[in-house]
Amino acid sequence: MGDPSAAMKGYRADMKLVTAIIKPHKVDDVKEALKAAGLKGMTVDEVKGFGRQGGKTEIYRGAEYVVDLLPKVRVETVVPDELAEQVAEIIVMAARTGKIGDGKVWITNVEKLIRIRTGEAGEEAV
Amino acid sequence: MIDTGDTAWMLIATGLVLFMTPGLAFFYGGMVRAKNMLGMLMQNFFAMGLMAILWVAIAFSLAFGNFGDGGFIGNLDFAWMHNIAGDAGPAAFGLTIPFVLFCAYQMTFAVITPALITGATADRFKFKAYAVFIAVWLIVVYAPVAHWVFGGGWLTKLGALDFAGGAVVHINAGAAALAVILVLGKRHGWPREGMHPHSLPFTLLGTGILWFGWFGFNAGSALGSNGLAAQALMNTFLAASAGMIGWLIVEQVKEGKPTTLGAASGAVAGLVAITPCAGFVGGMAPIVIGLAAGVLCVLAIRLKFRFGYDDSLDVVGVHLVGGIIGGLLLGFFADAKVNKAVTHEGVFLGGGFSLLWYQFVACAVTFAFSFTVSFVLAKVIDRTIGMRVSEEDEAEGLDFSQHAETAYSFGSTGSMDRLH
Repeated sequence: MGDPSAAMKGYRADMKLVTAIIKPHKVDDVKEALKAAGLKGMTVDEVKGFGRQGGKTEIYRGAEYVVDLLPKVRVETVVPDELAEQVAEIIVMAARTGKIGDGKVWITNVEKLIRIRTGEAGEEAV
Repeated sequence: MIDTGDTAWMLIATGLVLFMTPGLAFFYGGMVRAKNMLGMLMQNFFAMGLMAILWVAIAFSLAFGNFGDGGFIGNLDFAWMHNIAGDAGPAAFGLTIPFVLFCAYQMTFAVITPALITGATADRFKFKAYAVFIAVWLIVVYAPVAHWVFGGGWLTKLGALDFAGGAVVHINAGAAALAVILVLGKRHGWPREGMHPHSLPFTLLGTGILWFGWFGFNAGSALGSNGLAAQALMNTFLAASAGMIGWLIVEQVKEGKPTTLGAASGAVAGLVAITPCAGFVGGMAPIVIGLAAGVLCVLAIRLKFRFGYDDSLDVVGVHLVGGIIGGLLLGFFADAKVNKAVTHEGVFLGGGFSLLWYQFVACAVTFAFSFTVSFVLAKVIDRTIGMRVSEEDEAEGLDFSQHAETAYSFGSTGSMDRLH
């Protein structure tokens, strides 16, 4: 409690960052699936990128333009090591339409996680 | 005999009513998600193109031919702009403005009425299907109903009153909207997902334009520059104000916060309800009518969640319900001192219940006719070209899937390469 620095001291847990790039309209499905699985939080941002999907063609006064950076949503959530595979699987199932451009999910190691309000670190901070 | 003062006012009123359609586009556009903004604007703007041409080609004649016959539909006397020119037109109309101006003024009503439907069908109506729907709808639904009321048809002969189109415009469009959304079905994710308005500032801007334009709609329906037009203008102003106050009071009581979307919606509800009454009531009546519309419409829009129809931007809850409220309240407040055309005064003016009965018949028949024909029309289009965009196109948004454009391109990261 009182002294945040005590909790932070050298604690090192095995945490993973699960990152997903998904189609914008699948955000709600992914969010609901993660909530249903008991996840306590996630962060999303609107991003642009290209993959195998290629661009789309917009038309302005007869001139056609290829827009090759398409809008996607990046989902990020930090979870205990043993849950990472399962969370990634949930995202894959929820975000899949079966059509090209569904996106990707990857898992990376997290050195340290700290909750700002309390200073708790590691799994306590998830 | 053409009067220059009347003509000057009606030239301006025509412009005012036309401006309501882009106002409506932004009123609705602000409420949809950003990916559907152009889809919404386009459906409204497109009505200014297609409806205008069909109006002079045939619909005006079907609405206003056989003027005053007490019948069901007009004829082809004025089709293809035949007999429509700068003179006062056939004597039966009793116009003091050029007949061509009367046709243009009525044309602006024919533009906005089908456009009203787009609020209910937001985010999923295929553009081609929309174009075919409103084209046929103008001829088989709008023109006959306009004839019953504005063209001296059977409802006018019966004794029902409708100054500027509570039945012709609002009940008519609201009933059609309900029919079309029953064929279209719900948006994917509704009502679970929020689908928040993407720009309430646009919605408020649109509301301001609608309010401004409605002076042309209601005061212009006096067809002259006179005391009746002034009375209609004052009634219109007061009903919009009272509608806003009524809606906000309910919000404050039920949710604890008055909202900007509520203020906009309440003003529009008040404007809808005063439309049939504008030139037939006076004194404090417009305030009562506007308040009633604001309070009842904010309650009516919740019905969609109970019954599960996706009336996306509340066209049924505001235009159908508001139009019926105005139509029926006219049966209580119609005042012969305001307008000599009131032959049976309202219940509160000691005129008994006959007018209220005629008003009920007008509301019920307009609803039943518009709903039925619109439903059949939507079904036929659904079976042939399909009413609804694919699930993929709906997810992508109408802007790109229907029009190959993006409403907002902020930032500098969206690279675009010219193809050819």
